[in-house]
Amino acid sequence: MDSILIQLLNGLDKGGAYALIALGLTLVFGTLGVVNFAHGALFLIGAFCAVTFQKILTFSKKVLDPNITFFDAYIEQPYLELWFGETGLAIIDYAVPLSIIVTIPTMMLIGLAMERGLIRHFYKRTHAEQILVTFGLAIVLQEIIRHFFGANPIPTPAPDIVSGSAAIGTWIGLGENFVYPWWRLIYLASATVIISSVFAFLHLTTFGMVVRAGMFDRQMVAFLGINVQRKFTIIFGLAAVVAGVAGAMYAPILPPDYHMGMDFLVISFVIVVVGGMGSLRGAVAAGFLLGILQSLASMTVVSSLLPGIDQIIIYLVAVVILLTRPRGLMGRKGVMEN
Amino acid sequence: MSDKQNITRRQLIQAGSAVAATPMFFTKNAWAAESFANDPGDSATVTLGFNVPQTGAYADEGADELRAFKLAVKHLNGEGDGGLMNTMKPMSLTGNGILGKKVTYVTGDTQTKSDAARASAKRMIEKDGVIMFSGGSSSGVAIAVQGLAQELGVLFMAGLTHSNDTTGKDKRRYGFRHFFNAKMSGSALGPVLKEEMGTERKAYHLTADYTWGWTQEQSIQETTEGLGWTTTAKVRTPVGAGDFSQFITPVLNSGADTLILNHYGKDMINSLTQAVQFGLRDKQVNGKNFEIIVPLYSRLMAQGAGKNLEGILGTANWDWQLKDEGSIAFVKSFGSEYGFPPSMAAQTCYVQTLLYANACENAGTFYPPKVIKQLEGFKFDGMGNGPTEYRAEDHQCFKDVLVVRGKKNPQSSYDLLDIVKEVPRADVEYDASIFGGELGPYIV
Repeated sequence: MDSILIQLLNGLDKGGAYALIALGLTLVFGTLGVVNFAHGALFLIGAFCAVTFQKILTFSKKVLDPNITFFDAYIEQPYLELWFGETGLAIIDYAVPLSIIVTIPTMMLIGLAMERGLIRHFYKRTHAEQILVTFGLAIVLQEIIRHFFGANPIPTPAPDIVSGSAAIGTWIGLGENFVYPWWRLIYLASATVIISSVFAFLHLTTFGMVVRAGMFDRQMVAFLGINVQRKFTIIFGLAAVVAGVAGAMYAPILPPDYHMGMDFLVISFVIVVVGGMGSLRGAVAAGFLLGILQSLASMTVVSSLLPGIDQIIIYLVAVVILLTRPRGLMGRKGVMEN
Repeated sequence: MSDKQNITRRQLIQAGSAVAATPMFFTKNAWAAESFANDPGDSATVTLGFNVPQTGAYADEGADELRAFKLAVKHLNGEGDGGLMNTMKPMSLTGNGILGKKVTYVTGDTQTKSDAARASAKRMIEKDGVIMFSGGSSSGVAIAVQGLAQELGVLFMAGLTHSNDTTGKDKRRYGFRHFFNAKMSGSALGPVLKEEMGTERKAYHLTADYTWGWTQEQSIQETTEGLGWTTTAKVRTPVGAGDFSQFITPVLNSGADTLILNHYGKDMINSLTQAVQFGLRDKQVNGKNFEIIVPLYSRLMAQGAGKNLEGILGTANWDWQLKDEGSIAFVKSFGSEYGFPPSMAAQTCYVQTLLYANACENAGTFYPPKVIKQLEGFKFDGMGNGPTEYRAEDHQCFKDVLVVRGKKNPQSSYDLLDIVKEVPRADVEYDASIFGGELGPYIV
């Protein structure tokens, strides 16, 4: 029983990451009509915002290591520790949560620059051309990251206070084997808050109402004298922020490396298709659903019956959905059905 | 009869020679016994190929290998401080290139993909005219290009490859491995595991699903079951899975008290980080502390795993902290050149380059069959790891193996491993026939 619950929780957690990326993808597709293959790179940049912030906080004074005499080897001591002692170390310990503060404006700026500088030139091009140019951009961005940070994953730990696991099983009387990492629980909670905030923003504000109206009929909204384009540009920035924060918070779960954006992008696109192109609710629902399915499929009892099923379950579901309901789970009739 | 009487002695000799020579027309390379691929002939230079991962998950390891190769070329050409050419014994190298020819090199990118590595090696051989090529950070790649080496008759001096298959069932006459293998890791780890963890444990394997993972899983399982441990489960994970949480959560309820991660590089960093996050190292199972073992790891991986690696046992081919004459000379040379110590991948690539060059000097030719015969059974010292031998039967080097442990409170980004034990070569040797395979012919 507890093994199923752990996998459910794991699926929700994984689904949270998928849903956050898929949500941004859907926002961009729904508003601007752009199939943005560079969206995974925004997740990557977010993760590297956390890495960079950590590197800044741990910028160290290098002292020659007296134990190594045959070449100049250094012992590293962070300046923050030298200047502020224990307080400095505590600030370093909270590098990831603190990095969110700089990630939000950074990602907004990157999003706006990307949309104004490149994406807007491809609004009227075919989806194939949009995919080609955004995929190329994603490759350029990941290679820039590799150039500056190398190819190896970079450890970006969560604060010590949440580095262990929560004894959920003990709390609810299911035994001590039902444990789950604190940071993953925080990630799941944060994903829920971010997704809810985006929906609230779109449904409870005038700005959101205009955006939703623009997604439904852009021309009509423009006829009413509203500058829809500017609002959509801001939405692109918002999608970048969502992806970036998702990436920064994911850094302690998966040490970031230059390829992590691509790893998530493919699955997220499948999720968008399963959820229904342009459907925000569909993207979120499909993200969580496929995360859970993938997790359950990797249970020993399942994988021993169907070896490798955990690797293909997402694509299998996508095939079934596309065959039986081409517009996806919650897609609008007529949108991307052919 | 009269016809026979008319045959002159000259005609008889001509006819006899023709008959004697006839089968030779149908034997490849029969007329030029020492005609071989990319013979440098009268050229003043000879070209080596360094085929390393310059992109992809092992790019950092590839970069370090490339640094080592460049240093080796420098030393072969008589530049720099000479590095291991000051300590290698016996040695025929003079610092005047190889056989008096200046050494040049070309590089290729394997991308850690067998097909890309093979294409790159083929380009080096057919277009750049390399006389030998080396490199790699994956057994899949090593096995793929080793096959190509045999087909085209150009030597491959393998870099980092740890699968038993490289010098086991997939061994080739034109392939040589200085690096140790999974079987040797198991043999080295066994006594330490027994001493530190006892004889009654339940092991759960997570294994990278390709040749290296399979052979390491098998070797470690043989070792641990030999100690009296039982194997609870062996789960194969896709290479580059990223998030391993779905594979780690079943461990919690499996009854296992030991997790063995047969992962390398990025996979190992991710799986270990996530295993620690799930609290495995804080668990008590079967009345014992839950333990994690990483049978193969390197300093570069330790940098990625950070403090998660603290206290975890594994094995290594070599470490820059060794205090033998050869290791000190190499670390000094590499450290002076680049400002940080070399990785074990760098050390094996540097040594392989020098060993090849030395074999050519000993053979007095670049002709591969003669160079191969010089390498087969070659015994040497002063290159790190103590007295070493290239076993003729499978082209596997035998030398001391290190059992290492992730260091607690490291003081710098490369001071990450403690050497627990230097396991003598005799303890990791095995019968060459156990893995099968055929080396193949000398002349191709």
